[in-house]
Amino acid sequence: MTRELVRPRRKNPVLRTRLPTLPPGGRSRVALGLTAAAALGRFELQRCRDCQAVQYPPVEACSRCLSVRLRWESQSGEGLLLARTELAHSNDLFFRERLPWQLGMVRLDCGPTVVVHLHGDCAEAPTRVRVDARLDRSGQAVLFAFPATETPNMADDPQLREFTCDPRFRKVLVTDGRTPLGQAIAESLVKAGADLVWVGQAEPWKQFPGLDALRAMPQVSIVPLDLTDSASVRELAAEIGGRVDIVVNNAEVHRTHGISDRQGIETARLEMDVNYFGLLRLAQSFGPALRARAADGPLGAVAWVNLLSIYALSNFPPHGTFSASKAAALSLSQCLRAEMRPAGVRVVNLFPGPIDDEWNQTVLPPKVSPAVLARALTAALKSGVEDVFPGDVAQEWLERWRDNPKALERELAG
Amino acid sequence: MADAAGGRPRFDYQGVVAVAPVTIPYVRYSIRTAHWFLARALGQLLQVSGLGKSAIDGLCVSSFTLAPDTAIGLTQHLGVSPRWLDHIPLGGACGVVALRRAARAVQSGDADIVACLAGDTNHVDSFRLTLSNFSSFARDAVYPYGAGGPNASFAFLTANYMREYGVERADFGKLCVAQRENALRFEHALFRKPLTLDEYLDARPIADPLRLFDCVMPCAGADAFLVMSAERARSLGLPAVRILSTIERHNGFADDPIQARGGWAIDRDDLYDQAGVGPRDIDSLQVYDDYPVISLMQIEDLGFCEKGAGARFVRENSFTWNGTFPLNTSGGQLSAGQAGASGGYLGVVEAMRQLTGVAGDRQVKAARTGMVSGFGMINYDRGLASAAAILAAA
Repeated sequence: MTRELVRPRRKNPVLRTRLPTLPPGGRSRVALGLTAAAALGRFELQRCRDCQAVQYPPVEACSRCLSVRLRWESQSGEGLLLARTELAHSNDLFFRERLPWQLGMVRLDCGPTVVVHLHGDCAEAPTRVRVDARLDRSGQAVLFAFPATETPNMADDPQLREFTCDPRFRKVLVTDGRTPLGQAIAESLVKAGADLVWVGQAEPWKQFPGLDALRAMPQVSIVPLDLTDSASVRELAAEIGGRVDIVVNNAEVHRTHGISDRQGIETARLEMDVNYFGLLRLAQSFGPALRARAADGPLGAVAWVNLLSIYALSNFPPHGTFSASKAAALSLSQCLRAEMRPAGVRVVNLFPGPIDDEWNQTVLPPKVSPAVLARALTAALKSGVEDVFPGDVAQEWLERWRDNPKALERELAG
Repeated sequence: MADAAGGRPRFDYQGVVAVAPVTIPYVRYSIRTAHWFLARALGQLLQVSGLGKSAIDGLCVSSFTLAPDTAIGLTQHLGVSPRWLDHIPLGGACGVVALRRAARAVQSGDADIVACLAGDTNHVDSFRLTLSNFSSFARDAVYPYGAGGPNASFAFLTANYMREYGVERADFGKLCVAQRENALRFEHALFRKPLTLDEYLDARPIADPLRLFDCVMPCAGADAFLVMSAERARSLGLPAVRILSTIERHNGFADDPIQARGGWAIDRDDLYDQAGVGPRDIDSLQVYDDYPVISLMQIEDLGFCEKGAGARFVRENSFTWNGTFPLNTSGGQLSAGQAGASGGYLGVVEAMRQLTGVAGDRQVKAARTGMVSGFGMINYDRGLASAAAILAAA
């Protein structure tokens, strides 16, 4: 059984920091369908629309009836572990540094035989297991088999932790503590076992509701951070950049305007300055430090989280300029993701629907509460997904957008 | 003519023989290219046969490290102008497949003399590069899982086989130890030290249940032979072997959840029927042995014992050149080394040496009928290619 993770001893700062390596990331284009689903936390395999056969490894044509009408569909992952092995040798640097490594071969109930990374709590073959897709440090999907039933300390399996970004014992920067969401995120991270949560405050001379509750948590440290001020971002990075394991950029400006109901661009510029340029400043200052520490022992730097918006996918005209700023941030986050990938640091994007805050006062429910959103963020880090659409509205928009982006554009225009 | 599985009669291989088995000595690593090894192999064929290069009007090539070239590019490298050309990327099955294709070419008159070559180089990083680009399925669904290469795949098959059929590691060990003894009598084998069962059992773990001596060692080298008409061989004074029958099968038993049998089990009746002999008539067997579990699978699937009775068969027999069941009499790949595609030829050239009586101090007594079996291409979770041939002294 997995042993509970114990807090690793503080690293001797004189010792060399291990450089990040990645597992093999090469895939055929069709195999990226597995990655696209895993990024959302789904396990999908291709199913033939003509003969219904489930396919694996990913193929261009059905291996039973040769139809090319294949569709990625969710799978339960239930299956039988046929054989397992413990690798004591690997030709790849990433795995060599992590040996021994457990692997299994599983016959899925839906048909195919799959090779999987194996959770240490799985019993000897033959035994029932549950296969799920996970993103590895190269950002590509792989299959991971879990015991059929929960085991104690399951999340602490050292092999599984190579796929997740668990905040436990890690140090996190939350860029804005002024909002109820920022406070809920800090609280959720503390509950998840984070060692230290730095919470940014753009205007340190100002009090705000909830500040005392933040200060009351011993793991929380309030730090000055103004994302519109490059010097402020640089100063904080110089102070704590070498220790941050996870960055959560939740700072945002949200004003509800389209184009014609307000003159001038000052408000829109402020939105861009925080929502887009703020991310850029933060990424330039903190990105290199995170990359450098990505393989720094069992608790190296692992993740970067952006608070985007479902409006980043398609413009919501009543919140038109905000949508545009979030679309810009989404685009930049893809650049950040590409630049963090060589180090294996995961960039997680949150796409909430309307948050239940003052700026969405006139938006009809359902709205996602800060507490629910904060829990979704922590859960995403623990499971290692890349794109999170928390709440019913976000889920519905996502499905509409995947189904027909043009139709969604028309629907949102009212 | 014998009836094939499909009911239609198959032509025999009357009038065609294989001659001039040659081996370019294996080395662990080489700074040369596959072209270098293949050129030497052809040169050696010419030297042994006394033929000029212009007499070679058929060429058949197998190699993993020839890229970006294939057989066609090699014709220019080697300065040959064949009227029949084949490139067989079938790994461990390439030797038998080359033999049967070349035989048909000669029989039909499409070529008079076919040079069959297999060879590979092995740079320090060749093996890793071959693994990471072996197949699209491997790249998508195997290599990202620990990058253990075939070790991990065969670990699954071996673990499953041991559990299903009650095979012990010592059974595999007995095969490996016997093959090492054979290798000590083969001048080109890379492993020249005796192996004890304890050394086998206690070796460094690689991928449980596989340990070091379960895994072939990649190396560089080449093997080759000529296929021509029996009259031509006679006039050249070359000792020859006849081809009694051959089979070939790819992706057999595709619905088995995990591989515990290979295509031989589908085609073996055809193999024996066409040859007009049975398993008892085979006096030496050369199987593809990248891992010992595959040797056992071939022994069973080719009918030398019942399926699942392999462990008992191992315990009741001895496998050295002078044993009750001479197996991989030149040491097999496990003791000679795996020179890439040459691994698919190793059994063919050894069977030819045994049947022409030139196997020196590992010569099987009164060797008249031999079998070669090939297995290859772990495309994803199993070996896809299987092939076998029954050969006889001419």
